[in-house]
Amino acid sequence: MTGSVDPLAAFFASPTVHAALIVGGFVSVVAGIVGVFVVVRGQSFAGHALADLGAVGGSGAFLIGIDQVAGFVGAGIIAALLMEIVGIRRIQGRDIATGIVFALGLGLTALFLYWDTTTGSTGNAAISVLFGSLFVIDQSVVPVIVVLSIIALLLIGAVYRWLLMDSLDPDLAAARGVPVRLTGIVFLIALALAVELSSLSIGAILSTALLIGPAATALQFTRRFGPALVASAGLALASTWIGCLISFESYYWAGRSDNWPVSFCIVALIFIAYVTTRIARGLSRRRLAAAPVEA
Amino acid sequence: MFASFMINTWTAGTIVAVVAGVVGFFVVIRGSSFMAHAVPHGAFAGAAGAILIGADPLVGLGVFAAAGALTISVLSRRARTDVITALTLVVMLALGALFLSRSSQYSGEVFALLFGQVLGVSTDEIAPMLVLGVVCLTAVAVCYRPLLLSSVLPDMARARRVDPQILGIVFALIVACATTTSVPVVGALLMFALLVGPPAAARLLVKRAPLAILVSLLLTLATVWSSIALAYLSDWPVGFFVTAVGAALYLASRVTAGILRRRQAPAHDR
Amino acid sequence: MIAARDIRVVLDGRTVLDGVDLSVGAGEFVGLIGVNGAGKTTLLRVLLRALRPTSGSVVESTRRRVGYLPQKVALDPDTPLRAWDVVALGIDGGRLGVPVRGRRFRERVDRILDAVGATPFADQRIGELSGGQQQRVLLAHALVGEPRLLLLDEPLANLDPASAHDVVALLDRLRRDTGVAIVMTAHDVNLLLPVMDRIVYLAHGRAATGTPDEVVRDDVLSRLYGRAIHVVRASGRVLVLAGDDPADGIHHVDSLPPGAGVR
Repeated sequence: MTGSVDPLAAFFASPTVHAALIVGGFVSVVAGIVGVFVVVRGQSFAGHALADLGAVGGSGAFLIGIDQVAGFVGAGIIAALLMEIVGIRRIQGRDIATGIVFALGLGLTALFLYWDTTTGSTGNAAISVLFGSLFVIDQSVVPVIVVLSIIALLLIGAVYRWLLMDSLDPDLAAARGVPVRLTGIVFLIALALAVELSSLSIGAILSTALLIGPAATALQFTRRFGPALVASAGLALASTWIGCLISFESYYWAGRSDNWPVSFCIVALIFIAYVTTRIARGLSRRRLAAAPVEA
Repeated sequence: MFASFMINTWTAGTIVAVVAGVVGFFVVIRGSSFMAHAVPHGAFAGAAGAILIGADPLVGLGVFAAAGALTISVLSRRARTDVITALTLVVMLALGALFLSRSSQYSGEVFALLFGQVLGVSTDEIAPMLVLGVVCLTAVAVCYRPLLLSSVLPDMARARRVDPQILGIVFALIVACATTTSVPVVGALLMFALLVGPPAAARLLVKRAPLAILVSLLLTLATVWSSIALAYLSDWPVGFFVTAVGAALYLASRVTAGILRRRQAPAHDR
Repeated sequence: MIAARDIRVVLDGRTVLDGVDLSVGAGEFVGLIGVNGAGKTTLLRVLLRALRPTSGSVVESTRRRVGYLPQKVALDPDTPLRAWDVVALGIDGGRLGVPVRGRRFRERVDRILDAVGATPFADQRIGELSGGQQQRVLLAHALVGEPRLLLLDEPLANLDPASAHDVVALLDRLRRDTGVAIVMTAHDVNLLLPVMDRIVYLAHGRAATGTPDEVVRDDVLSRLYGRAIHVVRASGRVLVLAGDDPADGIHHVDSLPPGAGVR
């Protein structure tokens, strides 16, 4: 440890960290909750597509000169609605709808990047859009993100029971009178919000990890939605906050230029959690299978 | 636009279109669009890594494409395919960004790998494309029936002694091969768009598989050729046109197929 | 011809099958009876080698051609495959290389489609057909390869009683003519009573095997279900009724009369 600065105290005192913890906290909890539904509904592709498409909105926003958040969220919602319009509730159909809207969005990115001759090295711009960082969040953006996170959670809460039934068995839900089309759309919008917010904070690529990782890990332990939502949100939150801590502290033991980027730390933790649980489950399953059956 | 320096572009575009049209047909009926996105985009990370260590980007691309495809197809026995695909993709992209950030050499080359540089193809890039393309198509031709059956009716395939899981791995490798054929020249985005859009359109219009593959091939060719022409004339990126034309074709097919099917109104004995 | 011994299958922590035997020889008709969730589909998939049991073994005297009819399939309506094509793949779906199909091949497919009554919709997309229509096509697919073993999962579920009777008669005729072995699941034992050689009655992961007369009895089924079961026979039909004991949980079957061969 260098100097007389207590790294831990510095962590909790820093306003940058405060912003990061608040934003990271809200974004990760939303991602963790929405992620469980995404995994159960098999919509990981849509989740990833929306993250990247938000980045399209980000670069487009830059061109037109509007706010980044608006760009991300706006693009996400438009994309979600497009997917819903193009797609159908069929196996191949939904997959194709996501693919086509996604491809279209990426094509637009190509166009924006072509038009945007003012940005110098596009590679670096691409990296920052794709990766982002919780530690460089503009203070003014924090309340917006918090509000949007709450809206996303409210949307989920509003259709919670319908969403539950539709996610577990769409045909049964439809038979029971659940408005499945509406539920699907509301969910897709909540997904777009959740994904764009995390895309803004930790970058498009890694936001997919935050969406899918904790949820997939939680679902290893339990098949029931309630516990899974709690576990997933908890894992996402823990990964984010601890990732912030590790990244911040790495300034001290790795030096200023070699510190570990916060996004990497978060994703690394998510990964470790997922892989460890999978291996543990695989081992315990083998043990169970070998044991004699109790009558 | 038919000047001699454009011949390579047309040739490369044609090769890519043929491969994508055929492989894309199976991507679409298997519902593997996510993998068709993940493998090309993940493969670019391999190219970045290769550039970093001074190796041939094509080799890096091929290795990452194969590794990604294998990871996805093998691990998806034990877990949900789309979750595995997402996580594999994230790992590859994260690695790619890591390589990019460490590389002092700017990533104009890597940018091209993502968005395509088909208008600047050199002659010596054509030969490997042709070879890999032929390998791809041969693999599809050889495995045609088992692939078709296991894609549509996996359980019935087992009764025919066809293992859907093995075919899944074989197909993933075919996608990796198609990726390696095309991405160095047309970029990941283009490959992804071609594997999904025009083939999806074809399957709506035609109800017999062999004909559907042919139509898929033709539509993909039409997409690529028109995109090259439009890109040449407007200077806009060819990737944009490919995705736009592909999407337009798909929507047009949806509408057409809807009209046709309503007119037919076949007899139902429900 | 094929024998499954002491099959245990544990899925997601639930013991679906707990020490079940099933064997079938050439020309035999085995009925696999049980309510939904009893493990019939699971056992069938074990025989198909689509599912590896947690313990136990499946032994085949030689590798035979198998025909399989699943309970339901998920088919996108846009799938570019006609009913005719699906049946054709029943013949050559496992062969490598580019297909070359001559006139005899095509006649074979046409014939089997006619036999199951699927000719009117043979030219439509398989995904656009109704459940019953699809089932006929899939049955044709299973039969066209001239299998030695037929594994059928609830093939009668979507059919009205008359059609169900026809299908059972068709299958019975088929096994008498060709010696094919048939394992068929159903939840109503009556449909198969006229043709079954043996019955495997599944409940709570255990099975009672034997001839219908040996198994469909009060004492055997009561032991199997762990509660009072009454078998009522009236005008050639059999009714299996639960008694009026309050059933509070699953009781395991202990020893049973030797004639029924329960494991």
